[in-house]
Amino acid sequence: MRPFNQDLIFEKSTEDRRASHFIFESFEDIKLPSDLLRHDEPLLPEVSELELMRHFINMSTKNMGIETGFYPLGSCTMKYNPKINDELATLKGFTDIHPLSADEDIQGVLSIYDETQKMLSTLTGMDTFSLNPFAGAHGEQTGLMIIKKYHEKKGNHHKNIIIVPDNAHGTNPASAVICGFKVVEIKSNLDGTVNLEALDAVLDDNVAGLMLTNPNTAGVFEKDIRLIADKVHAKDGLLYYDGANLNALVGVARPADMGFDVMHINLHKTFSTPHGGGGPGSGPVGVTETLKNFLPNPQVVFVDHQYKRMNHKDSIGRVGGFIGNTLVYLRAYVYMRSLGKENLVEIGPRAVLNANYVKTQLKSYFNMPLTSYCMHEFVYDGLKGDTDIKTLDIAKRLLDFGMHAPTIYFPLIYKQAMMIEPTEAESLQTLDHFIDVMKQIVKEAHETPELLKTAPHTGYVKRLDEATAARNPILSYRQLKEKALVD
Amino acid sequence: MHKYFPQTQKDQQKMLLDIGASSLDDLFQAIPESLRYRGDFDLPKSLGDFQLTKLMQEKQALNHQLTVFRGAGAFDHYIPTVVRSITSRQEFLTSYTPYQPEVAQGTLQYIFEYQSIVSELTGMDVSNASMYDGSTATAEAMYMAYGITGKTKICVSKTLNDHTLEVIKTYAYFRKIDVVEIDEKDGHIDLSSIQDHLTDSMGIIVQSPNKYGIIESYANLSQRVHDQKGLLIMNREGQSLALLKTPKDEGVDIACGDLQALGIPLSAGGPYIGYLATNQAFIRKLPGRICGITKDVDGKRAFVLTLRAREQDIRRDKANSNICSNQSLNALAVTVYVASLGKKGLKEVASACLNGAYHFKKMLLQTGQFEDVYPHPHFKEFTLKYKGDANRLNQQLKSHGFLGPYVQNNQFLTFAVTEKRTLEEMHAFVEVIQ
Repeated sequence: MRPFNQDLIFEKSTEDRRASHFIFESFEDIKLPSDLLRHDEPLLPEVSELELMRHFINMSTKNMGIETGFYPLGSCTMKYNPKINDELATLKGFTDIHPLSADEDIQGVLSIYDETQKMLSTLTGMDTFSLNPFAGAHGEQTGLMIIKKYHEKKGNHHKNIIIVPDNAHGTNPASAVICGFKVVEIKSNLDGTVNLEALDAVLDDNVAGLMLTNPNTAGVFEKDIRLIADKVHAKDGLLYYDGANLNALVGVARPADMGFDVMHINLHKTFSTPHGGGGPGSGPVGVTETLKNFLPNPQVVFVDHQYKRMNHKDSIGRVGGFIGNTLVYLRAYVYMRSLGKENLVEIGPRAVLNANYVKTQLKSYFNMPLTSYCMHEFVYDGLKGDTDIKTLDIAKRLLDFGMHAPTIYFPLIYKQAMMIEPTEAESLQTLDHFIDVMKQIVKEAHETPELLKTAPHTGYVKRLDEATAARNPILSYRQLKEKALVD
Repeated sequence: MHKYFPQTQKDQQKMLLDIGASSLDDLFQAIPESLRYRGDFDLPKSLGDFQLTKLMQEKQALNHQLTVFRGAGAFDHYIPTVVRSITSRQEFLTSYTPYQPEVAQGTLQYIFEYQSIVSELTGMDVSNASMYDGSTATAEAMYMAYGITGKTKICVSKTLNDHTLEVIKTYAYFRKIDVVEIDEKDGHIDLSSIQDHLTDSMGIIVQSPNKYGIIESYANLSQRVHDQKGLLIMNREGQSLALLKTPKDEGVDIACGDLQALGIPLSAGGPYIGYLATNQAFIRKLPGRICGITKDVDGKRAFVLTLRAREQDIRRDKANSNICSNQSLNALAVTVYVASLGKKGLKEVASACLNGAYHFKKMLLQTGQFEDVYPHPHFKEFTLKYKGDANRLNQQLKSHGFLGPYVQNNQFLTFAVTEKRTLEEMHAFVEVIQ
């Protein structure tokens, strides 16, 4: 029996308790007109400081972080988030600065923006970057707006189609639609690469661009990428690079050299900024020279010996309140400066080495749709042999061994997909331990399959009833209380 | 060898041998040689931790830490220590989106608590798990209205913060939504001339307190919008929710805004956190992640992401929003902040800001340099007309360590006062002006 339950902070509340101590200036008490004020009592918690700390600390122990154990989530690049990044990004001279300060008063922040933009440009071959977008999907959205603006500027208002392969991340088609494009999906080859015939069939004058992830979501490098780029460019379409899998290529190859015109990077993947349980991330957007005037406002530049935020008349406009998730960029900046030229170029090779090692050691146990060397991640398509054990069961059983599950059932082109990405941050010992655990699970799958089907066994909770949650959604404490009264 | 790279030369050799590859380079044989980058990367050399610390200390010294009397969407509030102490726990900080609920009950529970808090503050039935910031939350509210009504015209008040309005325009332009800007009168949205615009529109976006700090009153606006089968969308900064009539009681359909004032540092720009809340009727049109409560197979209470069929990874090009990552860790910060202040503390801090703002306004008016052009009720921000040169004033204030008011246009200056501003600071500020 664990000492702490899963009561909500609201359920631990006692009238008149508090966990903060303010002494205010004694100004006159202002009474606003009554009809402007709220007169109801919100249901908000009242707890002591110790109660508050225990509540949240105990909650945290029900979570798994990267420092808890191996986190091989494919396409998510769960590498170590260095402590020094957090410390240096949260110095008072960064956290206590108002975003609407004059440029001359935030030269420290703006210089880091400029240097970060340049380092990202160097690593990707792009001309310049905007750090305004808040997340990967927001970067896609920004990049697609740039593509649209480019065509409009040339008078090509008819170009309204974005081509997306069927194995792309769901954000790709969703981003295209909210930017006013029509999405045409094309079937991929078995290895997830672009099917050139399918591409040719849909490439016409209305195509505004093609979105690709490279290496693709199956962990395979698009070897025909130059040819694809030429085909798209021949129709005056642009090539968008989804940077979700950039980790494989850092120091090895650059998206601009492959013919990509616009790209985003997920700093919370490639450049070690924390995922935060689902954000804040950041999605800087890089473009070639031709497109730089379309970047969102404001753009940080260095002119007349000063770092400035500048607006451009051809810009797509503003995509966020200020200049993006600043503290996230500071962390990525510290990471890049720590690794430096000598080590940044090793990210890709080391990540690819780790992935291939794991893949090789387990190849006799799992169906492997792709046998050639993988990039930074790879996909198994279910267990070999006669068994009804599904990928979900293996994923859940892994949790019992203190490891996070890989990404499962993605990409959609493999029925029992299990996508594993170890990242370069993991040691040989950790990889070997994971391999041993996987072998153990395979053994269990054949000998004691029930153990897998009912996993996890050691977690805080067991498998959840997700269907009821969606059928009768209870989304707040108030709804829970009301439901309790009805039951 | 760098500390973030554990594999030694020996490890690498063993691994290559097992793989059957001759070298690291060999693993990249899928990449055509013409696409390999063999040139020199023009990047700075690696810095040791000590050098890095020194560099960042130098960088922060290039930012001027001033006493903040400016708001315009970013407020200088005190953040209790417990907030950072909890958000820096690696279990919260480094974990992934809670797609494996069995090992993410911590994240899921705080999202549920966050949603509960936003519902209580706004009075709305449901909240999602957060948006990037207040401006994008407002633009997404517009996308919701577009999805719900199927109409392509939206009315937007000119009393919205400039940046919020700009973001709405960007989002609208590319989705071919027409934005009709509704004029202001006397520092308040001009409701007298909107009837024609409301016809055929998906609704209207208003902001209160508005960009001048004024608390707008909307009389029967909700009814008028609903009569035209449109939706009322209100942007409201988070802290004022503790004091003011709730969006729900204003007849709002979608409430949105920024919660930065509730536990998030100024941070030179971000990350902040947007909220988005609506009524039960529109729950399936709400973008982003939503956490629900359920049970595990043993009947134990558990939390889980729910109504997933709305989201981009499932609906793909049929999704009404592309949002994936949001600002989860900041949702935790808001949850801890609100729990820390509690029901009473939240109201007290908001009142302290209100009282300070009124006091400071009186002090400024007494200098004879300002005119109270908008004598309406306001919250922690207020706007005065300045008789002199606003930019010169701000330069002067800066040399005395103050971040002066936000210059709206010409001589209209918007000041912000939080509970952190002392009487002493106000006196010193006024002295610079006199």
